[in-house]
Amino acid sequence: MQKQAQQLLDWVDARFPLTFLWESQWGKYVAPKNFNFWYIFGSLAMLVLVIQIVTGIFLVMHYKPDASLNAAGVPVAFASVEYIMRDVPGGWIIRYLHSTGASAFFVVVYLHMFRGLMYGSYRKPRELVWLFGVAIFLCLMAEAFFGYLLPWGQMSFWGAQVIVNLFGSVPLIGEYLSLLIRGDYVVSDATLNRFFSFHVIAIPLVLIGLVAAHLTALHEVGSNNPDGVEIKKQPKDANGIPLDGIYSHPYYTIKDIFGAVVFLFVFAAVVFFMPEGGGYFLEFNNFIPADPLKTPPHIAPVWYFTPYYSILRATTSDFMLWLGVFVLIVGGLSFFSLRHKLAKLAAVGVTGVLVLGFIFLDAKFWGVVLMGVSVLLFALLPWLDRSPVKSIRYKGSLYKAVLAVFVVCFVVLGYLGILPPTPVGTIVSQICSILYLGFFAFMPWYTAMDRTQPEPERVTWQ
Amino acid sequence: MLPGELKTVEWQGKPVWILRRTPEMLASLKKTDDLVADPESLRAKQPAYIKGEARAIKDEFFVCEGICTHLGCSPTAKMALGSESGISDSWQGGFLCPCHGSLFDLAGRVYKSMPAPDNLVVPKHTYLSDTRLLIGEDSKES
Repeated sequence: MQKQAQQLLDWVDARFPLTFLWESQWGKYVAPKNFNFWYIFGSLAMLVLVIQIVTGIFLVMHYKPDASLNAAGVPVAFASVEYIMRDVPGGWIIRYLHSTGASAFFVVVYLHMFRGLMYGSYRKPRELVWLFGVAIFLCLMAEAFFGYLLPWGQMSFWGAQVIVNLFGSVPLIGEYLSLLIRGDYVVSDATLNRFFSFHVIAIPLVLIGLVAAHLTALHEVGSNNPDGVEIKKQPKDANGIPLDGIYSHPYYTIKDIFGAVVFLFVFAAVVFFMPEGGGYFLEFNNFIPADPLKTPPHIAPVWYFTPYYSILRATTSDFMLWLGVFVLIVGGLSFFSLRHKLAKLAAVGVTGVLVLGFIFLDAKFWGVVLMGVSVLLFALLPWLDRSPVKSIRYKGSLYKAVLAVFVVCFVVLGYLGILPPTPVGTIVSQICSILYLGFFAFMPWYTAMDRTQPEPERVTWQ
Repeated sequence: MLPGELKTVEWQGKPVWILRRTPEMLASLKKTDDLVADPESLRAKQPAYIKGEARAIKDEFFVCEGICTHLGCSPTAKMALGSESGISDSWQGGFLCPCHGSLFDLAGRVYKSMPAPDNLVVPKHTYLSDTRLLIGEDSKES
């Protein structure tokens, strides 16, 4: 029997690189032996992606992207979600898996990104791994935004209304841009249909391609680890494996299965006992059908968008002065630090254009820009970090303090984003927004000043 | 419509408000003149026949699109006066946008330093008779 299986595998391998793919991508992929708790979130993200795709396939079988009213006067899309919840056999669990999966995706991805920040996983030679990752994060945000309109509840409708109108503040093309996104002058059936198309086909296709690229790049350069030691530079043992390397299979297969089991315990607890997540995973106002004539008394995005929503809200006309000072400081520092004449000129040019823009363009527009920039800044990390070491274990107290401030700001921004705007809240979110931007903008200087310890030759491992 | 009543109708998929203003409500516009960003509605989107602080063909009936000029939420009517409104002790009645907190007076004029850049939009409208209002078209004469 085993002989026949081997023959079949040989037959396939002669025609398709099955064994090669398995061994290079996982089976014989050599990873550092010192992965800790923080290294389970990559495989968990894959697990959640599979959950989302499988549950999504079944949801699409019963969901109807139709904003017209049915005989009972309820929008068809909203009614079809209720139908899935009440009448489709097992529909409720499929939908709760999908809605909880959306929040779980962001929990896992935020932790995965934080791991990268701690251990310098974005540093050379993993720049492309990181860039593909940032692109995945962007896709995920788009996916979540498009998907949120589909239940056609009050929060769906008004959330889309606000976010699409944000694009209207882009100078010159803004009005046209929001018209293009909406497909209508108001959020309507046309909007619902195109968001459905983006949510179920366009973005998932790109997402899966990016995940494949992320993993291929990772398995090409090799994994980082909590010590930031490059195991590929180590001497090799008799099998040609670096001293601190082990095969992913079976070692990390077991570890990842253990992580998945623990994760699924928590995930199932949410799905079965608190699928609405206290109004944070499924917002209460979204159980009311979309009403274009009435905005709910308090609208806020779902929790995973709130840090960026806070940055958007913090950008008022008073804030532009602070932002101008901030840009002048960063521009001035760049001017004195850069050696090349052209680079100096570019620093002056960019600073000048930004400051002029702050004066002449609406704060509303800069809010949108800042929100986008605060996501995209992650992409620059490989080139901003100038520390001689990768891992936080060998970085100095300066970097540790700055990272701690960044995390606190991120959480505070997220918390303020779910609350209605207040004068004090606005000032706090403005301070946090500046600190958030400062984490990236001042990185070349504070990472160079930081007193680091030398990286060891071997990984630390008990 | 009763004095002080607010009616919402749908026009082009958007809410349009018709507010029958009492003499006290109209008098309040004098008090808010200094508080609003554009008291004469010079920047506002409105037909040429809408002028002055009352922003209406007939001062009694105020017609406007119930869509905030910031990001398009529909503001909530806050007709209770003073501290009862929960907004401020000197609140004269008006509208509060739930999304980003912009305040508007009873002629849809935005208060100073609010997220919303402009006064609420007044659509074209005309009276077909004393009791019939047509939204979306100017009268033949004008």
